[in-house]
Amino acid sequence: MTVQSELRVEVPAKLSIQNVSKSFHSAGGHVHALDRVSLDVAEGEFICLLGPSGCGKSTLLNIVAGLEQADDGQVVADGGPIREPGRDRMMMFQESALFPWLNVRDNVLFGLKLKPNLRRKERLEVAQFYLRLVGLEKFQRSFVHELSGGMKQRVALARALAPNPRVLLMDEPFAALDALTREQLYGDLQRIWQERKKTIIFVTHNVREAACLGDRVILMSPHPGRIQEEFKVDLPRPRDINSVELARHATAIMASLKGARANAEVAE
Amino acid sequence: MKRFIRAAIFFVGLLVVWEGLYLAHIWSPVLVPSPLSVGRYLWGAALDGTLGSATVVTLRRLLYGYAFGLAIGLPLGFLTAHFRVLKDTIGLLALGLQTLPSVCWVPLALLWFGQTESAMFFVVVMGTIWSVIIATEDGVRNIPPIYARAARTMGSRGLHTWVKVILPGALPYIVGGMKQGWAFAWRSLMAAEIYVTILSGFGLGFLMNNGRELNAMDQVIGIMLVLLVIGLLADKILFAPWERMLRRRWGTAK
Ligand SMILES: Nc1ncnc2c1ncn2[C@@H]1O[C@H](COP(=O)(O)OP(=O)(O)OP(=O)(O)O)[C@@H](O)[C@H]1O
Ligand SMILES: [Mg+2]
Repeated sequence: MTVQSELRVEVPAKLSIQNVSKSFHSAGGHVHALDRVSLDVAEGEFICLLGPSGCGKSTLLNIVAGLEQADDGQVVADGGPIREPGRDRMMMFQESALFPWLNVRDNVLFGLKLKPNLRRKERLEVAQFYLRLVGLEKFQRSFVHELSGGMKQRVALARALAPNPRVLLMDEPFAALDALTREQLYGDLQRIWQERKKTIIFVTHNVREAACLGDRVILMSPHPGRIQEEFKVDLPRPRDINSVELARHATAIMASLKGARANAEVAE
Repeated sequence: MKRFIRAAIFFVGLLVVWEGLYLAHIWSPVLVPSPLSVGRYLWGAALDGTLGSATVVTLRRLLYGYAFGLAIGLPLGFLTAHFRVLKDTIGLLALGLQTLPSVCWVPLALLWFGQTESAMFFVVVMGTIWSVIIATEDGVRNIPPIYARAARTMGSRGLHTWVKVILPGALPYIVGGMKQGWAFAWRSLMAAEIYVTILSGFGLGFLMNNGRELNAMDQVIGIMLVLLVIGLLADKILFAPWERMLRRRWGTAK
């Protein structure tokens, strides 16, 4: 394998979530986290999952990642059902989940070292490429605690991109950051998504964030977790989160979201 | 350099105070010998070889037992963290035995093995092993599960996850346990050496007890100084580099 082939822009995957249900049983009782959720995601589409806390967004993402199993239904990626985690789907978590015992470069190399057929020099080159892409080339040798929150999430993004997955699963990756840093990252993420052509499922409970990033925003409602409504956002990219058109979309989504929450409260 | 000078001034000061107390003759010189006579004893013992050979005997006992304790304790700690059955059995046993002051193994070891190297080996291993098991298990259990999950999405499984994620993730705890195990082993070995004459080799503890029998306070204090220096060196050589590494990577001293 060569660096060129490793860095080639892959055809993004097509995902199909079919009738997925999931319940949790714990000491606190029984939670119906997902109830027959179905969703088709096109190749290279940017999907935002939006919904109030506890509506099963993370659970759904974990099932797509293969980290958890659905009780019922299945997720199909390019025709094959997903049973376990795979390098074609990389996950970015809310906390950075970077390894404190490795420096920035070795964190990015972690997934690459698990890829067969790559020589050391090639791996290094690939890691450099992604660190450059997220603008952190100069911080290769830093340890995780020496980075700001925004830098950590950039490293996490580089680490998720490095094995060249076709799907990127992002669970509220920017939730802990300040507004300014977040805006920067929205720009970066849109640029990288267009350059690298990934299918992205992005979980958030920030309405504007969803409208800014998603081709489609999928609104979920809790107890049990269901898809309530979906919104198409067809604004040109790159989008500015502060633009007026975007605010209009966000307002419409917000209205539905409030409705969902009111319904949920009535149901309880 | 400045720190070195500061430390040097402090210790020279201590020696001066000590010599002052000696010269003031408040206590009998048998109880408080002058630093010079302690120095003379150490010099003599170093020249005739007793000090060197005793140090070698003691350190050999300590290092062999400690290395063996680690070799058993670390894997046991990982296994205990992994298998519920082992946690409920060996884990509980370790927790109980760790609360036992490690000196308590000495009488048992002497009855079992007699006044031999085996008894000393046993005492040191018992001092080391329980702390190491418990710290390793604790370390593994305290790793945020998200590390293993992240590793799994990147294709890490089984042994790879243990070696590349769980082991380094638990390292701050493991180093702490190794340090505690060392301290326990060192203390109980000294107790054993002072308590009984081990016929197969005369260690530092023997020399110290020998000093007591001869009423030679300069010898007793001289050996104490040697023990103190060994303790300090062990800390600087064995553990300080690890701790520096952990601080550098984790950012905080854990
Ligand atoms: N491992 C688990 N054990 C028990 N219950 C769980 C588990 N994981 C999730 N749940 C429950 O399932 C429901 C959905 O959880 P999930 O984490 O998917 O919500 P979420 O939409 O991601 O919420 P948030 O926005 O707060 O992250 C919640 O009620 C939660 O309590
Ligand atoms: Mg969540």
